Amino acid sequence: MDAKAKILGRIRRGQGRDGAVSAEKADILSTRIKDHSRGIVPKRGQIPLKDQLDLFQGKIEALAATVTRVDKAEDVPAAVQRYLADNNLPSRVKITPSEEVTELPWDDIPTLELVEGAGKEEDMVGLSPAFAAIAESGTLMMASGAKTPSTVNFVPENHIVILKTSRMRGSYEETWDLLREKYGDAVMPRSVNFISGPSRTADIEQRLIMGAHGPKQLHIIMVDDAK
Amino acid sequence: MQVTSRKFKENAHDAMQDENLRAALGRVKQGFTTARANAAAELPEFEDLRDQSRDIKDHVLENLDYYLEYFERKVIEAGGHVHWCSTAKEARDTILKICRDVDAKTVTKGKSMITEEIGLNKFLESQGVEPIETDLGEYIIQLADEPPSHIIGPAVHKTKEQVTELFHEHHQQYGYTEREEDAEKLVGEARAVLRHKYVTADVGITGANFLVAETGSTAIVTNEGNGDLTQSLAKTHIAVASIEKVIPTLEDVSTVMRVLARSATGQEMSVYTTFSTGPKRSDDIDGPENFHVVLLDGGRSEMIGTELQELLRCIRCGACMNHCPVYHAVGGHSYGWVYPGPIGAALNPQMVGIEEARHLPNASSFCGRCEEVCPVRIPLPKILRFWREKAFEQQIGPKPERWGIEIWGFFAKRPWIYRLMTKAAVRVLKLMSGKKGKIRSLPFNNGWTAVRDLPAPQGATFMEQWKKREGK
Repeated sequence: MDAKAKILGRIRRGQGRDGAVSAEKADILSTRIKDHSRGIVPKRGQIPLKDQLDLFQGKIEALAATVTRVDKAEDVPAAVQRYLADNNLPSRVKITPSEEVTELPWDDIPTLELVEGAGKEEDMVGLSPAFAAIAESGTLMMASGAKTPSTVNFVPENHIVILKTSRMRGSYEETWDLLREKYGDAVMPRSVNFISGPSRTADIEQRLIMGAHGPKQLHIIMVDDAK
Repeated sequence: MQVTSRKFKENAHDAMQDENLRAALGRVKQGFTTARANAAAELPEFEDLRDQSRDIKDHVLENLDYYLEYFERKVIEAGGHVHWCSTAKEARDTILKICRDVDAKTVTKGKSMITEEIGLNKFLESQGVEPIETDLGEYIIQLADEPPSHIIGPAVHKTKEQVTELFHEHHQQYGYTEREEDAEKLVGEARAVLRHKYVTADVGITGANFLVAETGSTAIVTNEGNGDLTQSLAKTHIAVASIEKVIPTLEDVSTVMRVLARSATGQEMSVYTTFSTGPKRSDDIDGPENFHVVLLDGGRSEMIGTELQELLRCIRCGACMNHCPVYHAVGGHSYGWVYPGPIGAALNPQMVGIEEARHLPNASSFCGRCEEVCPVRIPLPKILRFWREKAFEQQIGPKPERWGIEIWGFFAKRPWIYRLMTKAAVRVLKLMSGKKGKIRSLPFNNGWTAVRDLPAPQGATFMEQWKKREGK
C-alpha cells in the first residue's frame, strides 16, 4: 500500500469511517468550496473609497512605505523621476512589460533608462503595477504573469508600485473576487503576493532592521482613476 | 534532529545560568506580548475571528481526507506534483530524489519547521547537496550549528555579539575580513552573501502556512522576502508541509491570516504573504519550472479522533511560548526537540514518545496563559494534564516520584487526614522558620532552598480560614 492510501486510511479510521466521505457529504463539502462564502470581515475597511484610500495610505506609511498621489496616469513618469532624485537612486529602472506601465508617457522624462524584464541581481530599482490593494491592513496585491514577472517585486533594492485607486478594496475577500473575475473560479496565477511595506527583520536581538532580503524601500504611486 | 527532551531538567538548569539567554528571553517576554496585546485591542472583531478560525480548523480536521485529496487534484491541474509521506524518512528521501532529478548541488531554503522536524539539512549535507538557510534567524543558527529555539524567531537566544563572531568566522571567504558590530550592517552583510545564492541555487525549498484546497496553492508568510526569492529564482520549488495545513478556501485563509500575524508578532499582516500555484506558466518570464508539494504525516493522522486532535489546529504562531512563564525561564532549547513552549510540551510526547518527553508536560504551572492567547483556542493545559495522567498510568518516571504521587493521592482522597496534616505542617514550618519567618534548608526540597529561602506559612491553613469566613 502506498503512503497516500496509508495516510488516508489512518485519518479515516480516526474519524470512525471505513472509506471516503459519503457522496452526500462530498457534495456539501465541494459546495462549501465553490461557494467560498466569507467569514467575519472587519468593519474598518467597509467605508467609502475616499476613506479607504486614506486608511490604506495611513496603514502602509506606518509600515515604512512611502506614498505619492497623482491625478492621472500621465503624471506617473514625473513622479518616478522625483522619487529617484529625492532618494539619490540611479535612473535605470527595471519595469514589468505590462501595458499599464509601458504605455505611460515615459518620453516626457528622457533621463530615465527603462529596461523591461524580470528582476535581476544588478537591478537597483524595480517598477510594477499592483493588481489591487486592501485598505484594511495597508496591503498591496500583486499577480504574476507573462507581463508582470514577480521577481521585479522582490529582487531590486527599491520597489516602486503603480496603484490605480479603482483597484482599492476594503478587505482581502474582495480582492479574491477581483482575481476570480480575471482568471476564473479557482484558478490562480503562479504567484499572488500580498505586500505590506518594505522587507524587514528582527532576528538580531529583536531590533527592527529594514531591507533584509526583499526591497529596502517601497514607494507607491497612487493614480486617481476612480473619479 | 537529536532529541534531548529526556534531559529537560539539566537543560533547564544550564539555561538558567546563561546570562545571554536571560537577556534574550527578557526581550521575548516584553516585545512579543505587548505587541500582541496592542494588535488584538485594535481589531474589535479579533475574538470572533479566533472563534471562526478554530471552527474552520475543526471543520478541516473532521474532513481532512477529503480536503487533502481535493488539494492534490488542484495542484496537479495547475501542473504541480504532490508527494505523500508517512514518515520523516520518506519525506527526506522524496526531497532528495527531486534534488537528484535536477542534479542539484545547492538548495536555498525559506523558513520551515517541518524541514527541522524531518532533519532535512543534515541529511542533504550527508548526501552531497548543500542546503542554505535564507531566513536571517535560520541562517544564523545554521552557521552556529544549532537547532531553532523559537518557532518564529529561531535565533532569539543569540546576542548581536555572537552574530558578529559567527559572521566574522564564516564570511571571510566572501571578503568580509572586518569584524562587523553594527546590527544593520550585519543584516546587510547577510543580504549580500545570500543574494547570489538565490540565483545560483538549483532548488528552492519553502514551508507552507496554508495549503489551499480550492486552488491548489501553497502559501507562506514572511517579513524578510527570503521565501519569495527562494521560490521564484530557483528552477524547482519544493513546498514542504504537514497534512493539517490544508484549508478549504481563500476566504478561510483570509480569516485565519487575520489572527496569525497578530498573535505571532503583533503585526496586522506580515510583510509578505505569498500564494504559489503550480510552476511558471508557459509564457511567464520568471518563476520555477517545477513545483512539488511534499506532504508529511509524521504521526499526525494518528491524532485524529483522539484527545490530541485539537493540537492539529495549531497555526504555529508562537503566542503560547511568548506568553509562557516556563519558556521565559528556560528558553526553547531546554525542551529538547523542534517545538518548544506549551505547544511543544503538548505535541512532542506524541512525536518522540512520552517516555522520552515525560518531563515536558510537567514543565507548566498551569497558569493557562497559553490557552488564553492561542488564536485557535487549543486547550493546552488540558492536553498537558492528559499527558501527565498517561505517564502515570504507563508507570513512566522514577519510583520515588510515583510513590510521592501515590502517597499524596492517598491523603487527598481522605480530606480529614489531609487537613489535619496540613494544619500540623503549617505549624511545624512556622516553628522551623524562627524569628525571620524564613526556612533556609528543607529536606527533599533542595531544588528550592539551595538558591533561595522558603517563606514560612503564616497563620492558619486555607481550609481553616475558609471555614472561619463561612466560605465568603
